[in-house]
Amino acid sequence: MKTTSPSSYDEMLNADGSVRPAYAGYCQWYDQQPPDLLRRKGSEAEAFFRRTGITFNVYGNEDAEERLIPFDMVPRIITAQQWRKLSRGIEQRVRALNAFLHDLYHRQEIVRSGRLPARLLKNNVAFLPEMVGFTPPGGVYTHIVGIDLVRTGEDDFMVLEDNARTPSGVSYMLENRETMMAMFPELFTRVRVREVSDYPRRLARSLAACAPPACDGKKPVVAVLTPGIYNSAYFEHAFLADQMGAELVEGSDLRVENGRIAMRTTRGYQPIDVLYRRVDDEYLDPLTFNPNSVLGVSGIMDVYRAGGITIANAPGTGICDDKAIYSFMPEIVEFYTGEKPILQNVPTWRCAEPDSLKYVLDNLAELVVKEVHGSGGYGMLIGPTSSRKELAAFEAKLRAKPENYIAQPTLSLSTVPILTKAGLAPRHVDLRPFVLVSPNGIDITPGGLTRVALKKGSLVVNSSQGGGTKDSWVLDD
Amino acid sequence: MLGRSANGIFWLFRYLERAENISRLIEAGFRMALTRDASDASDEWRSLIVTLGLRPGFEARHGTEYTGPHVFNYILRDKDNPGSVMAMTEMARTNARMVRGGITREVWESVNDGWMKLKEALARPVTETRLGDVLDLVRRQSTQVRGAMEGTMLRNEIYNFARLGSFIERADNTARILDVKYYVLLPSISYVGSSLDNVQWENVLRSVAGERAYRWLNAGRMDPRGIAEFLILDGRFPRSLAFCYSKLRSNLASLAREYGGEMHSHEILRDADCRFHQATIEAIFEQGLHEFIGGFIRSNTALALQIQRDYRFID
Repeated sequence: MKTTSPSSYDEMLNADGSVRPAYAGYCQWYDQQPPDLLRRKGSEAEAFFRRTGITFNVYGNEDAEERLIPFDMVPRIITAQQWRKLSRGIEQRVRALNAFLHDLYHRQEIVRSGRLPARLLKNNVAFLPEMVGFTPPGGVYTHIVGIDLVRTGEDDFMVLEDNARTPSGVSYMLENRETMMAMFPELFTRVRVREVSDYPRRLARSLAACAPPACDGKKPVVAVLTPGIYNSAYFEHAFLADQMGAELVEGSDLRVENGRIAMRTTRGYQPIDVLYRRVDDEYLDPLTFNPNSVLGVSGIMDVYRAGGITIANAPGTGICDDKAIYSFMPEIVEFYTGEKPILQNVPTWRCAEPDSLKYVLDNLAELVVKEVHGSGGYGMLIGPTSSRKELAAFEAKLRAKPENYIAQPTLSLSTVPILTKAGLAPRHVDLRPFVLVSPNGIDITPGGLTRVALKKGSLVVNSSQGGGTKDSWVLDD
Repeated sequence: MLGRSANGIFWLFRYLERAENISRLIEAGFRMALTRDASDASDEWRSLIVTLGLRPGFEARHGTEYTGPHVFNYILRDKDNPGSVMAMTEMARTNARMVRGGITREVWESVNDGWMKLKEALARPVTETRLGDVLDLVRRQSTQVRGAMEGTMLRNEIYNFARLGSFIERADNTARILDVKYYVLLPSISYVGSSLDNVQWENVLRSVAGERAYRWLNAGRMDPRGIAEFLILDGRFPRSLAFCYSKLRSNLASLAREYGGEMHSHEILRDADCRFHQATIEAIFEQGLHEFIGGFIRSNTALALQIQRDYRFID
């Protein structure tokens, strides 16, 4: 087993080519397999995904209406010890995010104390004035969070992004594990891996624990709101609804009835208590937000504020996905928890600040520059792989609207081998653990979704841009 | 369950049923055309297009020249034909995706698998050589989905809506075949039951996969009245109107039990049922086969609409 990775930290192999402890069990198994086994299983898995319909849609590409996210058969492995530290850090961060959101929509102590500039909230479309003064049922803002982590060394995990709006990808985490267990059952008898399969049950329990006052102690009715079958993550919406035993609803199924949000069933309209919505804030309520939206429900915000329904995640949580806000996370964590952050941020220059802007412009070719409201890897610049022309074009954008950007060093992301035609070869990865928040506590599923850049040397792991996924293992003690 | 999901299930099975029936029709037409001279064959293909209600679209595309490959390619895969078998299968799958949570993995996979295979098979024009395989594929998909449903689905409201969709559609298809063949074969009512072409009647049976069953029951004798009776009133034949209605009856009865009461659609069904129970083939011919079938198609459509209303398929 030989893979080389001159500059980055490889999670499987030491610099001398020996296997790191996390992968010892896996490599032992791997070395005993016939050489073409993984590749054979690879095409088996692809057929399996197509048949089961695990696909995603790519916007603006009609020919490739349904694509598979490539799945790599080599697992990404994290030791129990590493995970303990990570989950402590994730829990701390998620606790801070919820306290931060509550504060933002109430007294804004953090702004008053001078730790967060008020300009970050002014004219920020992700900050919703409609939420000011309102506390969601159970005090929970972010019922489901995805924290994107990158790794640069043995103990160096950093947070790259917080996804507090509507993190996606959890269905791939679950299906990847199912696939691995179906393809290599004996592997799981040799290496003890922590379970992820009860995530839907935990999600359902977590959502039910946030029932609104109108539910009045009855068993809460949970529904998943999807924009419909043409949405890129439709598979996931249907999957989660199915696994939770919840109805999968669209805006056209819903209306306001007797101060509740009710869904049209074959027996008439029935009230919903908790709505796990996979529709963005903007489209949630045409009466309050985008008046042209057909994806939401007219009047849901009024019902929400009157305690008639729980919306998960709460409207207005998207402010935490803002990359300028992200750059203040170390201060935010400390402000609300009184502790030093366990997980570090990636060093970030805020281009709104003149000194930082100057530094960024001087070093553009070495940096990664992102839009503060962007996501999915769109609208970003990766300095080292960009042409002079691209750099110049981006520089102009930066100068025109500096507050719209942040910059980060080009990190040497850790690598994990993938299976290529020529055998195992290292590729860069990140990790998105999924976190559930309810009044009963914070619940982190061991592992998460590992995204992998399939192109050699590439740092872009987004599935919309040719990234793949891996099964992510947390070893049992 | 959601009204929209009930609608999705209902139409999923209507589309699958329709795709299957269309493939049987093409097969019967193809067989007829093979045994005929060119102009009769062309008549046969035209009658197929008429049965499916595709005449304006087809003639806009190909004019009045009804050749086999034009006709079956138009019916199977033409992008200008919104009722093509490919479009049906596509819509069936879209509905299955929409109600993914209401159907089992096996049902979804057989729908999805059939769609993938058919899409591949219909990616290029179908030749006469390949036609048989393609038609086989369509039928096999339908059979597979049905089998998956029988074997894995809970017998609850979802199952009932699926079955209602299947049998509303099947009854409609059988009735339409009778309706058109009646016209083609009988220029005037006075010829009913007289000098009919055996081959044509056998073709009618073939269109609904009933030729073997009929022959077995009637020791090989072909007479139009017997065939009409078989297709309309014989409750043993799974594509007869009577059989479809016995299935509609049992599924609507299950729904009434589950929902603790009957709806308006139950009344409509009871009325329609009465007509079957009291009908003899003699009375039907007396009344006029065409009128009987026309009335049946109308009431079948009304029943489908009422089911959609009663169970809030749409707002």
